[in-house]
Amino acid sequence: MATVVTDVVSTSRAVVRGASAAKAGTSARWAWLWSLGQAIGPILLALLVSAALLLALGKNPLTFYRDIVSQGLFNKGGIQDTAIRMAPLLLMASGLIVAFRANIWNIGGDGQFLLAAALVAGAGPPLIGALPNALAFVILCVTAVVVGGGWTVVPAYLKARYGLNEIITSLMMTFVGVNFANLLIKGPFRSTTTQVPQTDVIPFKELLPRIPGTRIHVGLVLALIAVFAVHYVMTRTAFGLKLRVLGANPRAAAHAGLSIPRLTIVGFMLSGAFMGLAAAVEVLGVWGYVRADWNPNFGLPLFALVFLARLNALAVIPLVGFYAVISMGGHFAARQAALPDDFMLMIVGLILLFMTLTEYLAGRSERGGYLSAGLKKALGKGGGDE
Amino acid sequence: MTNGTPTHIETMTSDLLQADGVRAGATAGPIGPAVEVREVSKAFPGVVANDRVSLAFHHGEVHCVLGENGAGKSTLMNILSGMYKPDSGAVMVEGREVTIDSPRRAIELGIGTVYQHPTLIPVFTVLENLMLGEGVGVRLDVEGGLRALDRFAKTLGLEVDPHAPASRLALGQQQQIEIIKALWSGSKVLILDEPTSMLTPQGIEELEKVISQLRDEGLAVIFITHKLHEALDLGDTVSILRGGRVVGSWGPDVVKTKSRSEMQALIVGAMFGEGAGSLEDVAEVRDGVTGRARRRGLPNEPVLELVKVSVEALRGEVGVHEVDLTLRRGEILGVAGVDGNGQRELAEVIAGQRSMVGGDIRLCGESIARAGVGRRQSLGLRYVTDDRIGEGTVGTLSVGLNLVLKRIGEEPFWRGGRIREEAIDQAACDLVEGFDIRTPGTETRCGTLSGGNLQKVVLARELSFDPKVVVYNKPTYGLDLKTTLAVRDRIRDLAESAGVAALLISTDLEEILDLSDRIAVLFRGRITGIVDNAPGVERHVGELMLGGDRGD
Repeated sequence: MATVVTDVVSTSRAVVRGASAAKAGTSARWAWLWSLGQAIGPILLALLVSAALLLALGKNPLTFYRDIVSQGLFNKGGIQDTAIRMAPLLLMASGLIVAFRANIWNIGGDGQFLLAAALVAGAGPPLIGALPNALAFVILCVTAVVVGGGWTVVPAYLKARYGLNEIITSLMMTFVGVNFANLLIKGPFRSTTTQVPQTDVIPFKELLPRIPGTRIHVGLVLALIAVFAVHYVMTRTAFGLKLRVLGANPRAAAHAGLSIPRLTIVGFMLSGAFMGLAAAVEVLGVWGYVRADWNPNFGLPLFALVFLARLNALAVIPLVGFYAVISMGGHFAARQAALPDDFMLMIVGLILLFMTLTEYLAGRSERGGYLSAGLKKALGKGGGDE
Repeated sequence: MTNGTPTHIETMTSDLLQADGVRAGATAGPIGPAVEVREVSKAFPGVVANDRVSLAFHHGEVHCVLGENGAGKSTLMNILSGMYKPDSGAVMVEGREVTIDSPRRAIELGIGTVYQHPTLIPVFTVLENLMLGEGVGVRLDVEGGLRALDRFAKTLGLEVDPHAPASRLALGQQQQIEIIKALWSGSKVLILDEPTSMLTPQGIEELEKVISQLRDEGLAVIFITHKLHEALDLGDTVSILRGGRVVGSWGPDVVKTKSRSEMQALIVGAMFGEGAGSLEDVAEVRDGVTGRARRRGLPNEPVLELVKVSVEALRGEVGVHEVDLTLRRGEILGVAGVDGNGQRELAEVIAGQRSMVGGDIRLCGESIARAGVGRRQSLGLRYVTDDRIGEGTVGTLSVGLNLVLKRIGEEPFWRGGRIREEAIDQAACDLVEGFDIRTPGTETRCGTLSGGNLQKVVLARELSFDPKVVVYNKPTYGLDLKTTLAVRDRIRDLAESAGVAALLISTDLEEILDLSDRIAVLFRGRITGIVDNAPGVERHVGELMLGGDRGD
């Protein structure tokens, strides 16, 4: 009798599971296609509109795009430049994903990046001169992580304790950070050997080691490891799930007994730490110094990319790769076509515009958009439908 | 101010005065319905909310539209009040086909609506609220407004202070003002959406008087409800919606000639179809509701004690003031009260989601005043929130993860911080089965489930893993009847067989009377009295719900 009952229970459990698997299978397949379309659609549309603009300017769009691809992807030196550019972008994207998943709007990535860059460039030359390179690199990376993460403490605390909007506070901290970085470079870190205000230069052969047979520095490896680590943490660990719950529904997080202030501060600092690490990798791997008023503005285009990837760390890799091709090849193509570099920014702007349209359509058809419900509510658009 | 007011008033008054004439007309010969819907359909993604609905609403008649949640009542009402446009079908007013494309148009056509929740502006006076919708003039015609209000009040037999701020009125009075507001610009049709849900038994009686008065004045009253006995008490015509369709409609000729029990049998049959026999115990189906006797022989072992618990009132709330409650093992203590009298504050302070400004909470003798939400949870204190979508579940996560949402990082579902999907899946499947959660699978996103199934997810999570005390906040709010019954059975079973104490906070007095051993009444954040449940206790509870002998 007892075994019969157990049998029945386990059979029906199997049925529940079977149904679950089948249903999840079909819907997952469609969801996957939709996500892909959502990721690629805006890019294709942006490229089409840019082509029309190029035509209007009397340039041949096909030549322009061919220049981008041949330089950024198929030229031997070009593809290495592309890969090198991917390193800081991937690290910053990881930082954005951690924050956005938790509904933390870390807009201040550029400030965290530049301040860490200034400190690494200032402390780098003497440290590398005095210590074994490996040890110096570790110390500098840790410094960058601490500086990047530390620069988020103010907005993080204000959000956690008083609920102040971190979009505003982290943006304000960026202004302070960018100018403070300049102050350091023009003041204590200023090199005595150059006319232009900049830090001392780390000699080329003392920069981060290269991947054998290439010019690509090991920062790219570090960045890829970071992306996979973020993906693992966000999808497979309790900590990642807590951040996701906080991001998807902060009230449910409070209801479930999660410590929202602690999660907010930790998530925010983690995000800033990635920005700092990105700076260390870029300075130690590529430049060896930082000039005053240098600001690569990596942050803005990355916002578009991480949302195109729907905050999936793995999906960010091809998108960042694509963007690196565009930005490295685009530099070349723009010069060939006698256009300013800003044309590439315009393409990014168009991608953002078409993302907005896609998001609107996704909302209309009740499919998942780029934003989670929690993020949408935070932005105050369409939250009422939920 | 424009001269609009006096004209409006003349129209209205003359309507009210002409009412006799209208009724005389109705008896003398056939006259068209005030409003009629013909074959109206309206679909939303995934559901057909109204499926070829045809109904006629006549002057001088209270037409009850009865149905469970999700039957399409609100959709129909929203079509008539201009909030939705039907996909197909026609709406006729006084025999003419019309397009009601905005709430303003509905008012112009003489259709006034009183919504379930108050829409008065709290800082405005009664008169200001009433005159809000008028004209575009610079100055309010206070004189004219006062005269009009006076006439309405007289006709309806109400006492109204025109200069009292709306916020100072009791909910029942606010609703009376809402009714006057709906009639203000000369409406001949009045739609009332679940008007009793916020009222005390006394308030309901007054409302019923007002409604009969309006009917006698010749208005067509559309009374939307899910409570059967209200339809039996009030309806001249009763129509039943089920799954978006009209499954039964009986005019005065039937309603007036059949006995109450015959009518009830007809309605129950239409509402629930076959299998209705098993529903006869339901409060909604029973003829009127009264308390059940308190169970004897409960162990006198307190499991949850609140000692002078106070909570600060946040904006728009009343807070909680020096509440003393003792909950014994296996007991169901009902907390009755009109919505907004501190229910959520009380539930949240017990769950640990709000901080106390004074007092102490003890669980099994130990103070938990300093324990956080998670700690209280693991000690066996559970909270079934009234907001199952907003805070009870995370819509973008799977059903499985929602079922272990309060155990993130704990064994056996996580080990060393890493998720163990088999363990979660195993537990989730058991709970899905045990609580009859209708979901395609445990991987399904929780946000795609219906309200009833979401509530089952919440219950499954809160009532598993060794609960000792459960705080239920409106556990059946917005659920269909079958799920409501299942939930109530579960609350009762858990208390009676497993000795799990329940603090049942509900604004549904029937539910409290049906389940509780004792009933505490919450009014403006204070306990105005605690009574043993017994047949006939509802009157006393109703008085306590209005503040009782403390007065106010």
